[in-house]
Amino acid sequence: MMGSFSFGRLLAVMVKELIQMRRDRLTFAMMVGVPILQLILFGFAINADPKRLPTALLVADPSPFSRSLTAAMGNSGYFDLRHSATDPTEIDRLLATGRVQFAITIPVGFSRDLQRGERPTMLVEADATDPAATSNALAALAVIARQALNADLVGPLAGLRADPDPIDLRIHRRYNPDGITQYNVVPGLMGVVLSMTMVMMTALAVTRERERGTMENLLAMPVRPFEVMLGKIVPFIGVGYIQVVLIVAAARLLFGVPIVGSLWLLSAVLVVFIAANLAVGFTFSTLAKNQLQAMQMSFFFFLPSVLLSGFMFPFRGMPGWAQTVGEVLPLTHFLRIVRGILLKGNGLAEIAGELVPLVAFLAVVTALALKRYRQTLD
Amino acid sequence: MTVPSGSAAPTIAPPAITPAAIDVRGLVKRFGDKLVVNNVSIRVDTGAIYGFLGPNGSGKTTTIRLLCGLLTPDAGEGTCLGLNIRTHSALIKRQVGYMTQKFSFWEDLSIAENLDFVARMYGLTQRRRRVDDALERLGLANRRRQLAGELSGGWKQRLALAACILHEPKLLLLDEPTAGVDPKARREFWDEIHRLAADGLTVLVSTHYMDEAERCHEIAYIAYGTLMTHGPVERVIAGSGLHTRIVSGGDLARVEAALAGHAGVEMVAVFGSRLHVSGLDGAVLDAALAPWADGGNCRVTAADPTLEDVFIHLMNRSTDNFQ
Repeated sequence: MMGSFSFGRLLAVMVKELIQMRRDRLTFAMMVGVPILQLILFGFAINADPKRLPTALLVADPSPFSRSLTAAMGNSGYFDLRHSATDPTEIDRLLATGRVQFAITIPVGFSRDLQRGERPTMLVEADATDPAATSNALAALAVIARQALNADLVGPLAGLRADPDPIDLRIHRRYNPDGITQYNVVPGLMGVVLSMTMVMMTALAVTRERERGTMENLLAMPVRPFEVMLGKIVPFIGVGYIQVVLIVAAARLLFGVPIVGSLWLLSAVLVVFIAANLAVGFTFSTLAKNQLQAMQMSFFFFLPSVLLSGFMFPFRGMPGWAQTVGEVLPLTHFLRIVRGILLKGNGLAEIAGELVPLVAFLAVVTALALKRYRQTLD
Repeated sequence: MTVPSGSAAPTIAPPAITPAAIDVRGLVKRFGDKLVVNNVSIRVDTGAIYGFLGPNGSGKTTTIRLLCGLLTPDAGEGTCLGLNIRTHSALIKRQVGYMTQKFSFWEDLSIAENLDFVARMYGLTQRRRRVDDALERLGLANRRRQLAGELSGGWKQRLALAACILHEPKLLLLDEPTAGVDPKARREFWDEIHRLAADGLTVLVSTHYMDEAERCHEIAYIAYGTLMTHGPVERVIAGSGLHTRIVSGGDLARVEAALAGHAGVEMVAVFGSRLHVSGLDGAVLDAALAPWADGGNCRVTAADPTLEDVFIHLMNRSTDNFQ
């Protein structure tokens, strides 16, 4: 018989929990740290209305009209006209590598056709892999263009102000013409799923050795740290590939995501990305005292990865500091690569710029993990 | 490593050949400001069973870890199997079997899988045969598929020993191998250790059990990081300078209460219907006991101190540097 409810016993259990909570410093820090991290990320870093998007400009017909058009676009705050292209292939390259979000072409004879009332074409190409990043800017574009020209169309040209618009604004949503969100999210999910499971699985696998006391046994045997690390990591690369196959199959069959580029290239890049995440997990495992701490560290890594990588919110909508943090994270670069390969059909040349930081991250974290994983118990 | 003929002599001198399996001097290890091992010197002859005794937290485990290269000493030097413990820990690891205090094999692997893993770690040839032999030798053959986590304490200990001797080490370091194991399993374990020693293996074993200490060729007693005494059991007892009287009959509880704290009486302890009284001076001891032997109806006889008497005496004398 337990007897009636005892406040004394209840208090005893609560006091014991509080003492244990206080002893586990890391857990305590996480309980305070995670809300702060979330406040900073959600409060300051996220902006669903990205401004100052990098834009390339190809002006084949410089005139007062083209100047006022581009000036108005710059003044709108949406477009940052930082690239001046000289031919369409350059524009293709800038869009493929993701260096610009938009490319604007003002064709030969633009000003002549405008004055004749022949409604010249202004071509706006958008990298629409992430529809959320482009939709607001594109929606504002028509208004910006009309207002800019209305100011110039004075005197004898005032008649051109009337409807229809004096120019034919043609918007090409490249890579994702219908602006389907799934095209962006599903390939990105590959990176997110891998980030979460790979980091956590290795962090737990190595911490478990220490928690159960088997690490001492391993250290007493003639095995090198690198052998332990590699041996622990390689099986999980296999697990990662199983996840990738599932996601690619689902992307194609369930969501109809176009797969334009080479899956072989993607497989090759995946090795680097998976290994980078596993190295992070391994590093965590050398820091964590128990599996709970390893879980918490994984979460602490996962949260900014998802929020600052451009998976959930447009990368270019974030303030500079958040973009800097994002640039360090492997997920950021992998998302650009995977979207580039699947949606844009990018090859090695186009993704090289994102692959280099990924490799650098892997090298640095591996070195750190090996340094932390000691061969003795000192 | 082979040196091509005609080339210069290798820069590293070959390890000195000594008959001692372990020969270390002045080992010191600190964790933070805690001095855990203080100037410990040990010499263990090849083929000997060397008992390592001392209270909990006395530095036994740390000393063993220093010997097998899991820890690096802050000071001191020496050799283990003729190899420098500072510079050749990787080579030492290959020839040493280390059994940790806490069971440290993989509980979610079966007995055979654990042994197979260990065999691969040491790069053993004829792996299957060696694993089968080890299973056979320790009576684990019909449990080979059982998960290590499901085994009882005695079987876990057998598995650990089987894994430690799989690579045919020259030296076994056993850290409290029989803690929490029943007497029959303990007896069998020690029979096995003696068989291994007879085959030429050197064994260093830490224990809290006096009967186990008495089965060692030589023992060392360490307290609070300091080596207090060492040598064969009889010599350790004789060298303690301790005198013991056994009191029986009469009201032992009263005798014990009266003698505790009495000048010249170091220890009083009840063993069933007898009282062990020990001190460094036999005459003083007899004088203290005289009123009880004459007036009370107690019988007092002189006896050799037991190993336990000696150790408690040593423990009382050593200063606890953690307090």
